[in-house]
Amino acid sequence: MSDAPRPPIESGCPDGFQYMHPMMRKQYGNWDYHEDPQPGVLKHVSKDGDALYTVRAGTQRILDVFTLRLLCDIGDEFADGHVHFTIRSNIEYMLTDESRVQPLIDKLESHGFVVGGTRNSVAMISHTQGWLHCDIPGTDASGVVKSMMDELIGEFKEWNMPNRVHLTTSCCQINCGGQGDIAINVQHTKPPKINHDLVANVCERPSVVARCPVAAIRPAMVDGKPSLEVDEKKCICCGACFPPCPPMQINDAEHSKLAIWVGGNHSNARGKPTFQKLVAAGIPNNPPRWPEATAIVKKILKTYKEDAKDWERINDWVERIGWPRFFELTELPFTKFHIDNWRGARNSLNASAHIRF
Amino acid sequence: MAKYDTPMLDELENGPWPSFISGFKRLRDDHPDKRINEVAGSLLGQLEHSYETRKGYWKGGTVSVFGYGSGIIPRFSEVGKAFPESKEFHTLRVQPPAGNHYTTDMLRQLADSWEKYGSGLVTFHGQTGNIMFIGTDTENTQHFFDEINDYGWDLGGAGPCVRTGMSCVGASRCEQSCLDEQKIHRTLMNNFTDDVHRPALPYKFKFKVSGCGNDCQNAIERSDFAVLGTWRDDMKVDQEAFKGYLDTKGRQYIIDNVTTRCPTQAISISDNDELVVDNRNCVRCMHCLNVMPKALSPGDDKGATICIGGKRTLKIGDLMGTVVIPFKKLETEDDYEELVELAEEIIDFWAENGLEHERCGEMIERIGLANFLEGIDVDVDPNMVNNPRQSSYVRMDEWDAEAEKWFERKAEAANS
Repeated sequence: MSDAPRPPIESGCPDGFQYMHPMMRKQYGNWDYHEDPQPGVLKHVSKDGDALYTVRAGTQRILDVFTLRLLCDIGDEFADGHVHFTIRSNIEYMLTDESRVQPLIDKLESHGFVVGGTRNSVAMISHTQGWLHCDIPGTDASGVVKSMMDELIGEFKEWNMPNRVHLTTSCCQINCGGQGDIAINVQHTKPPKINHDLVANVCERPSVVARCPVAAIRPAMVDGKPSLEVDEKKCICCGACFPPCPPMQINDAEHSKLAIWVGGNHSNARGKPTFQKLVAAGIPNNPPRWPEATAIVKKILKTYKEDAKDWERINDWVERIGWPRFFELTELPFTKFHIDNWRGARNSLNASAHIRF
Repeated sequence: MAKYDTPMLDELENGPWPSFISGFKRLRDDHPDKRINEVAGSLLGQLEHSYETRKGYWKGGTVSVFGYGSGIIPRFSEVGKAFPESKEFHTLRVQPPAGNHYTTDMLRQLADSWEKYGSGLVTFHGQTGNIMFIGTDTENTQHFFDEINDYGWDLGGAGPCVRTGMSCVGASRCEQSCLDEQKIHRTLMNNFTDDVHRPALPYKFKFKVSGCGNDCQNAIERSDFAVLGTWRDDMKVDQEAFKGYLDTKGRQYIIDNVTTRCPTQAISISDNDELVVDNRNCVRCMHCLNVMPKALSPGDDKGATICIGGKRTLKIGDLMGTVVIPFKKLETEDDYEELVELAEEIIDFWAENGLEHERCGEMIERIGLANFLEGIDVDVDPNMVNNPRQSSYVRMDEWDAEAEKWFERKAEAANS
């Protein structure tokens, strides 16, 4: 290595065409329709009659180089050396020869990868970093997802759901995992514990004050040191002060719980996109398997599967049957905490005579 | 062989779903490079410690590569004394190719480079859309970047800057695609390369592209600048293919799953079993095309709807992107230039008027959509609202002039 710093080449986002499967390049913008021959397999047909088969497989998402090379070997053997990753971190192999589809599935399964995640299945859970790498996590992400997918694997591999189900997990309330049909997110339940010895040296106090959504933080002298204090009655325990000021510790082994939200849907199909709504909270953050959270997710999925009509996403289903029925069928408690008191809350209240009996 | 016991993590090797812990252990036990063995072992030790105590032990810091101020997520361990080999464990965010396509040759080349300098752990992709090369120390961050930058890879965004973009598989494999997602993605991102690498904005700014209203890329919910494919003319109906669905699925299925699910009652079945579409009232929601992809297709006069200001919860609660451009043709180079100009206009206005740590959507809520539109020089349009104003507490001093503008625009549109 020379001592002179190397200036970066600011090439930005690479051109995808150089890596794209040749059939995708050839038929770019010229696809006619698709079919779903079996779970985990898509068949796209172009206007010229060319057919492209896609086999989708779930992985552990955080790949070690051995696993990455194994996935590459499989791509060389079956898919002309090209792969594609979905937004939910599944790997996809594209084939032009239908007779190679089943041998590819067999090969993937023989190495423990899971073929599925298409159409009306429970898709791979979209997740974040957690204890493995994040600086503000209330829980792990990969472990929660591994534990949950172990139990939902049958639903990933089949088409048993009324419509697709997107699950997400997030290790704090910032919710990097995003909106989901079912979202499993950490919910802090106590105000931050402040280490007043460190605040003045570590935190830029005005920007921490500005970060609080409810103006509960103010500068203060504590034991003769410049620090910050929190009005604990106003504090909503969101944890927004923790990233800019780590001495305001929000994570708590005992009091950081999990909450479950349902009905987030990014699609415009049928209705406009929707945000997820709180259905359950106070769930123990219980490594290494988080059984309590998985049990509630499975109960919601079972109820949805039995009660929803074809093509209804969870938000469509609840809109049809109403929230009282949702809580009745899922046997989850409805509490005062389910009533929103944030901006726009009035739009979530039932100002009508519409009651289902 | 293992330096640290990991009884809780060992539990995560049971069960049928592929285990990330087994992968970490392969790096610890089977990799030929002793450095990687030690890093993986140490990482497992710290992660087990997190599982036991239910706490995270990473803190941020300042690490970047020469010439950039962004793209590295620095991680220093707070328990580095107990787990020294992974005490620096930074992630490089690397921009993926538009559409997330790869050759196995390129993946292997990246794996070879990463093995030289990093932990051997990688994710395709993080939630912002980057390839996440997870775990290296400060010095090797630079070496790894230098090596992969030489063969075509650049860092993504982190911090208050333009972030890595995302686009759906789109035209490369989807019949519903109404856009050239690859071109839009790269045209926008690569115009803002400087804003990706040098954080100088109020907060993050994300571009996402979805080829149709199914919005597989979560653009409306998760991006400040969402480009969604749509079309203006009539959707295409293949009546033969529709009869095929009618014969195989049955009339009741089509009524229950197509016609009654249309949000604007714009689709019906005629007495002679033909599908009839009220295209003027169709909102391009995509539902009927999803149910019957062989019978229904988008029209030919395609373009984009652009929504601005989507974001998740911090600080004022969730916001969806709001329609700012109901329809934008994206065919000619001039069209693309106008798209870039719009993005520049929006980012400039927000950079000027946004508060620190305020997303674009939050600024719009604070100042009002009408003021934002005036600031970026876009005319108001009823497609931007669900309904007109409900509150009567408003001053309307310039009503006549504003009404006149509307009629002038209508007249201009009629003449063009």
